[in-house]
Amino acid sequence: MKSGYFSRTGLVIGLAFLYVPILSMMIFSFNNSRLVTVWDAAHSPTFKWYVSLLSNGPILRAAWLSIRVAAAAATGAVVLGTIVGIVLARFGPFRGRTLLSAMTTAPLVMPEVITGLSLLLLFVTLEQLIGWPRGRGVLTIILAHITFTMSYVAVVIQSRLAGFDESLEEAAMDLGARPVTVFSRITLPLIIPAIASGWLLAFTLSWDDVVVSQFVAGPASTTLPMVIFSKVRLGVSPDVNALATLMVLIVALGILISSVWMRAVTKRRERESQLAIAANQ
Amino acid sequence: MQALRKHAGRPIVIAVPYLWLVVLFLVPFVIVFKISFSETRLAMPPYAPLIEWRDGVPAAVKLYFANYRFLFTDRLYISAYLYSLKVAAVSTLWCLVIGYPMTYAIARSTIVWRNLLLMLIVLPFWTSFLLRVYAWIGLLKNNGVINNVLLALGVIHEPLTLMQTDFAVYVGIVYSYLPFMILPLYANLEKHDPTLLEAAADLGARPWRAFVRVTLPLSIPGIVAGSLLVFIPAVGEYVIPSLLGRTDQLMIGRVLSDEFFANRDWPVASAVAILMLILLVVPIMLFQRVQRRELEARV
Repeated sequence: MKSGYFSRTGLVIGLAFLYVPILSMMIFSFNNSRLVTVWDAAHSPTFKWYVSLLSNGPILRAAWLSIRVAAAAATGAVVLGTIVGIVLARFGPFRGRTLLSAMTTAPLVMPEVITGLSLLLLFVTLEQLIGWPRGRGVLTIILAHITFTMSYVAVVIQSRLAGFDESLEEAAMDLGARPVTVFSRITLPLIIPAIASGWLLAFTLSWDDVVVSQFVAGPASTTLPMVIFSKVRLGVSPDVNALATLMVLIVALGILISSVWMRAVTKRRERESQLAIAANQ
Repeated sequence: MQALRKHAGRPIVIAVPYLWLVVLFLVPFVIVFKISFSETRLAMPPYAPLIEWRDGVPAAVKLYFANYRFLFTDRLYISAYLYSLKVAAVSTLWCLVIGYPMTYAIARSTIVWRNLLLMLIVLPFWTSFLLRVYAWIGLLKNNGVINNVLLALGVIHEPLTLMQTDFAVYVGIVYSYLPFMILPLYANLEKHDPTLLEAAADLGARPWRAFVRVTLPLSIPGIVAGSLLVFIPAVGEYVIPSLLGRTDQLMIGRVLSDEFFANRDWPVASAVAILMLILLVVPIMLFQRVQRRELEARV
């Protein structure tokens, strides 16, 4: 079925709206002029903003901190989020299920300022009561990021599991497999792609977060988005354009690699299941 | 899965994430609520305890309502709440107006195109949100790209003021949240049975009429889910109005953060947060219902 000219025109305009700002930012990262938006044709393109970016100590240190925080937060979020996803999709009714499901979906839409404020007040209160966590820093950022990213992982896992019926797991149970075996031999392989995309999603959200981090970070721990935010609040700066360009290129490369990998995994699984069906006949 | 439903390890598996969410998601709201009734003082932490202890027993409870009274008497807060609701509503509407035709075109294209287009929609989401908002500064500034292009084309003779306006905030929010409108809409439109539209055409309905009478009503759950996914976080948006928005009219997220960081008034910041939650509780519950139905309908 064909869509009308109206919606197709809308699609083209919408995609232009999404990509023109990014492209313009990338182009101006090669501009010689300090005035970010005036193209200095005589001396451009230049790589000087990339050079100044890569020799900027505070930015590099903040980027390294952000990578470690995001990796730790994503790993924690995947463990907890996967359990929540499986519990909600497979465990049937239990007491407190509605509350668990509410606590999982609410963070998806909760304004970041509220999440940030409430977590900070929690950490302060905990420190008063039990002396832990001592002060604010990397640990509190990671704990906060796990909390608001695990919901996204849970939703990804839950909708992946909702796409498969339970008959495979039931069959394994009927054949006498223990729950641990069922999980590691059947459920886990089914949701591995969802776990991978959940991890990447959690990593991106943590890597990108400025508001929650600002609340829960101590004076000594500054993540990359916090550095960028304080820089761009004062106006445009050309090395931020260079940074953005590098990030877009890395992300595009990452998505390309992961989509090729996902396709390979799906193909292999289809082939295996066809072989299994053929062997049974 | 009868065996799994009775297995001894089951409560432990449920308890681990449950405990985490109760401690780090639910309890913090209770603390915010508590502190919103405290009196500010110069100390660390900068608020007075609610319960006075004497000889190890609670002797008196001091509830301090002045924070809330303050929010209703100072016009700054009321106008920030109303302005935030307006900005979020207008931005949501624009997301819908731009996102619906895009989603419709994607859902009606061939499977190869569909996957490619969806990837194009999601791709910007994976790059930094902060940097995408920042990109608009370069476009909207007085000597920015848009003004330069319009001046060069002779459309305008003086640069337009685009930054620090309502328009800039709408653009920023629509730009950042558009994928959140498109994805749930797509999940809905993709499921529609094309034979319904064929039947409508066979019965003589023109495409527009078929759209209004068949497609649009069927897509209402997708519209609701997408709109809530944009509207709720947009009300509390902080980064976008800070970078692109007006300085004479603040959004409530900015007010909360200023109370907290600049004024170090934690109780008032908490009261601002509690009132924002009260405003958003109905939309959040609606979102949870839609989300639950969506996730359980596929089983």
